[in-house]
Amino acid sequence: MSWQALALSVKLAAIVSAVLFVVGMPIAYWIASSRWRWRFLVEAVVALPLVLPPTVLGFYLLVAMGPRSPLGRLWLRAFGHTLSFTLEGLVLASLLYSLPFAVQPFAAAFRSVDRQLVNASATLGVSRLRTFARVIVPLSSAGIITGLVLSFAHTLGEFGVVLMVGGNIPGVTRTVSIDIYDQVQSLNYAAANQTALLLLAISFITLSVVYAVNRKVWVL
Amino acid sequence: MKVGTDGDAEAPAGNRALSVHIQKGFPGGFELAAELEAPAGITILFGRSGSGKTTILGCVAGLLAPDAGRIAVGSRVLFDHAQRLNVPVVRRNVGYVFQDLALFPHLTAEQNVAYGLGRLAAGERQHQVQAMLEQFRIAHLAGRKPAELSGGERQRVALARSLVIEPQVLLLDEPLAALDLPTQSQLIADLRRWNREHQIPILYVTHSQREVFALGERVVVLDAGKVLAQGTPQQVLRAPLQETVAQLAGFENIFDARVIALHPPHGTMTCRLEGSSVELEVPLAKAVVGEAARIAVNAGDILMAVERPRGLSARNVLAGRLVGLEQEGITVHARVDCGVVFQVKLTPTARESLALAVGREVWLVIKTYSCHLLESEPG
Repeated sequence: MSWQALALSVKLAAIVSAVLFVVGMPIAYWIASSRWRWRFLVEAVVALPLVLPPTVLGFYLLVAMGPRSPLGRLWLRAFGHTLSFTLEGLVLASLLYSLPFAVQPFAAAFRSVDRQLVNASATLGVSRLRTFARVIVPLSSAGIITGLVLSFAHTLGEFGVVLMVGGNIPGVTRTVSIDIYDQVQSLNYAAANQTALLLLAISFITLSVVYAVNRKVWVL
Repeated sequence: MKVGTDGDAEAPAGNRALSVHIQKGFPGGFELAAELEAPAGITILFGRSGSGKTTILGCVAGLLAPDAGRIAVGSRVLFDHAQRLNVPVVRRNVGYVFQDLALFPHLTAEQNVAYGLGRLAAGERQHQVQAMLEQFRIAHLAGRKPAELSGGERQRVALARSLVIEPQVLLLDEPLAALDLPTQSQLIADLRRWNREHQIPILYVTHSQREVFALGERVVVLDAGKVLAQGTPQQVLRAPLQETVAQLAGFENIFDARVIALHPPHGTMTCRLEGSSVELEVPLAKAVVGEAARIAVNAGDILMAVERPRGLSARNVLAGRLVGLEQEGITVHARVDCGVVFQVKLTPTARESLALAVGREVWLVIKTYSCHLLESEPG
């Protein structure tokens, strides 16, 4: 088993979950509370990675990161190398790929908070931002944990997008699922099985955590 | 800011009256057009559900925007359509106790009460919250979450939470509906005690006639988005001038009638109920013989006898037959056919001692002043 690949995957997943915690909350709050008539379009864009083949997403990201796209040029000028085939590129791709896994549980939790509590908070003179922090987030903790755990698990196991954008550079972009693929390619089934079994166990544990949190097995 | 309002804390109570003159339409066709003034003290908004009571509260709190009009507390304007002024909810300083209370379930009673005092220094906040918890007799519950409180206790926490921010107006949406009587009256006593010091207008929404009489210095009767009447409960509900108000106030007997004789020396007139030969003597009004009239009689104001009563001051003694007898809680509802059917309220004891049964011959006794003449509906 390649511990290097596993460590890289865990690192990538942790970064992505942390960034989604910060970026996903305002997006989810907007989706949960906006009355804009075109809101459904934003919802559809956020949900796109759920149905899009990872290779399609990966392909467009690769093009966008390339030196001929505005983003790629900007990055190249700022940092002296392109985004593709780097960990930063992987993080960006994974953020988009795992976005719905964080935003959708967040938004569902925010939506289920009683509107009247928000109204009560406003009549008590408390601003929207503080109401979000003091009422909506604490009452959405189960949904927020669900979103973080799902996006972590989803990033940990992703394959197609990583292969397209990151390639297969040991220690940089060679994640655990790429590692499994490599071992199978070189007919090293025993090693592949070890790593695959580990991913299976992690996936099972994370989903158990998600369902337990939502069943309120533990009081948070 | 609350600090800014301390300056006129000494102002006479009349200057801090709430004045509401608003219109608001809804997609379903419901049209609210409310004009009301609420001085310091409790003003009851009374009406059946869907009459616009809660909509008025929403507009005063700023949770709903009227289409037109003006809302002000004393000289402080909260909403003025003409001036495009709409003070946001967070800066209105209006206390609102919602029908479902909307206590924060993840916070303790104490944290709920402290919630609106975030701008204060911790020491001062603690001091004010403690004083409020004691005033509303919930200091011993400070550490409990709403789920661990009884209905009455939750109600107290909600009230304390809205009052601790020293609002200029307090809005109560059916605050006592779920409570038993002793709990209700104690809560109201505590609220009144608080308001003796603060002298703010309190809008109190209810559809319970009993609450109107129990609390009301003033009552505003609403129906279908319009104010039908305002005044003391006695003026408005005891002697209703309009049929809708009479129905809302629970006048079970409303009859079409025709004036058949005037007796100015006695201050009465005789009316015959339509479709019958029943004649009632009612208080004299500006009317001419032959004119149509509507008469309302409260079912609780009618006496029932099993023999023809004699030597009574009451002018109206009607013979009839008992056609219905139903008990609902501690009230017996009887229906008596005297040519028209009267609804009569009795106690179970009266029913037993009179040995009442359907089919029995009875006499009804109605005082002249228990017969209320209704005006035709406005508009």
